[in-house]
Amino acid sequence: MTDLTKTPRDAASAEPMVKAEGVHKSYGLVEVLKGIDLEVRQSEVFCLVGPSGSGKSTFLRCINHLEKINGGRLWVDGELVGYRQKGDRLHELKDREVALKRRDIGMVFQRFNLFPHMTAVENVMEAPVQVKRENKAAARERSMALLERVGLADKAGNYPSQLSGGQQQRVAIARALAMKPKLMLFDEPTSALDPELVGEVLDVMRGLAEEGMTMIVVTHEMGFAREVGDALVFMDGGVVVESGNPREVLTNPQHARTRAFLSKVL
Amino acid sequence: MNPSEKGVVTPVRPEPIKAVPVRHPGRWAGAIIILVLAAMLVHALIFNPAFQWDVVRQTMQDDTIIHGIGVTLELTVLSMLMGVVGGVILAVMRLSPNPLLSGTAWFYIWIFRGTPVLVQLVFWNFLGAIWENLSIGIPFGPEFWSESTNKLIPTFTAALLGLGLNEAAYMAEIVRGGIQSVDEGQTEAAHALGMSRTATLRRIVLPQAMRVIVPPTGNETISMLKTTSLVQVISLSELFTAGHDIYSRTYQTIPVLVAISIYYLLMTSILTVGQYYIERYYARGANRTLPPTPFQRLRSLFAGRPAPKTGHDVVPGLEGGGHV
Ligand SMILES: Nc1ncnc2c1ncn2[C@@H]1O[C@H](COP(=O)(O)OP(=O)(O)OP(=O)(O)O)[C@@H](O)[C@H]1O
Ligand SMILES: [Mg+2]
Repeated sequence: MTDLTKTPRDAASAEPMVKAEGVHKSYGLVEVLKGIDLEVRQSEVFCLVGPSGSGKSTFLRCINHLEKINGGRLWVDGELVGYRQKGDRLHELKDREVALKRRDIGMVFQRFNLFPHMTAVENVMEAPVQVKRENKAAARERSMALLERVGLADKAGNYPSQLSGGQQQRVAIARALAMKPKLMLFDEPTSALDPELVGEVLDVMRGLAEEGMTMIVVTHEMGFAREVGDALVFMDGGVVVESGNPREVLTNPQHARTRAFLSKVL
Repeated sequence: MNPSEKGVVTPVRPEPIKAVPVRHPGRWAGAIIILVLAAMLVHALIFNPAFQWDVVRQTMQDDTIIHGIGVTLELTVLSMLMGVVGGVILAVMRLSPNPLLSGTAWFYIWIFRGTPVLVQLVFWNFLGAIWENLSIGIPFGPEFWSESTNKLIPTFTAALLGLGLNEAAYMAEIVRGGIQSVDEGQTEAAHALGMSRTATLRRIVLPQAMRVIVPPTGNETISMLKTTSLVQVISLSELFTAGHDIYSRTYQTIPVLVAISIYYLLMTSILTVGQYYIERYYARGANRTLPPTPFQRLRSLFAGRPAPKTGHDVVPGLEGGGHV
């Protein structure tokens, strides 16, 4: 856990953690992302909001190359996503190389996607053991510490079906943290939760933010965005409509589309 | 009592409900009718001279029959092993993004599922008549090693090839169905963690697919146990062929068939129990609790209601023996 604590997040670090330039993505003839430009700095909590179907999940999935982009450039920590540049040509990365880069990017899903045939602690230690070949006993110990941190040490032996939604999502966060990522992607982590369970997940995320983790969060929780967010981007129809400081954008939106959306969710 | 608990109203646990359970008179009437019919059937079986129970007993102890059981079991186990391993490989090939692999698997399944097993058995047995020798060497060039086909593929191997390769084609479709039944979010989560395609398949997808794969595989195994009798066409002496040889000599067809049927029934019963435990193993995590083992069911049946456990944490339905 020590490696999560970084310098306070004012540090205008030279290299942005994520940089997108004109990112395009289409499924067949349907263009879902129509040129996304943005920059996520180190240790920043970057909120992504927008109506359903605006391409937020798609963009998030492009960042760890679960989706291939069709145009533009995308960098994570200074390295191109999915390609290697040789001269002025791009070469696709091999599956193995893509997997290697994904280790450093944690992802948390709306529907948790825990492995149902493994207990909570087995879920957390799976990737360290399988991917990083960590010693099993050590990985288990570290996983227990992570579960402790999300407040679930007593549920380590439970299968996901024996956990509430909020608990499952906290296990999922612990599972992502087990790979010691430098960037965390959250895709509507609280949307599938009952209202009274949302708080416990947001608390864990708040704790992560305080420790300086770089986070990109797709969310409809405007309270969280306002309170914890360092930057906010409003997307609609596959383009960035408006961006800036969350408190400013949320209280004083400049575009009609942003205003229309915010009036519905606030 | 702990002083700090004073003032806190501890809820009094209510008396457990003692209600008269719903009566099922129809069930009882049905049970009596079935019992009478069963008794009539047993009577008809035992006292009909055509069954010649002493011959049945004799046949069951016959050495060739006992040997036949061994061959049947061996064939079943080995060809199912080929089937399962081959099936997994074919299913993975079939789902591969590589068109060469998926095409090859498709072609294999098309051929082996589309032609009768009987024909395949005969084909492997008479391979020697088609190609006298099998050899290893440079394609269309010189040979380094060559051997007579009949020596390389004795009858038992031919039977195994016929049954196992055919089974692989069926198992491939079963495994494919299982793999496709696993939520895509699982693969996505595993990939997002940096797991490779193989690790994802082995650690995440297949264990979950097993829940869907095991029941039809049990079916296939039981079916295979009986399909082995087809190897009679290449005169391999398994259980059925052994019986056939006896009654074609003694003309005591019915008692011999009864004897080998009893053995088949015995073997399928054992397989059914095995299947139950395998299914239970792969139900891990899918159900909140594992279903009781037959043994636990039996115990709770004779013990009446399971004894209530002490403590407050007994959740109804979480107790194994509750529902019989
Ligand atoms: N695999 C796919 N094939 C075809 N179209 C897709 C695919 N995935 C997403 N889309 C389309 O892309 C568009 C953007 O989807 P995306 O999931 O990124 O939206 P979103 O902003 O995350 O919405 P939500 O808030 O509902 O999650 C949608 O119109 C969707 O129908
Ligand atoms: Mg989405």
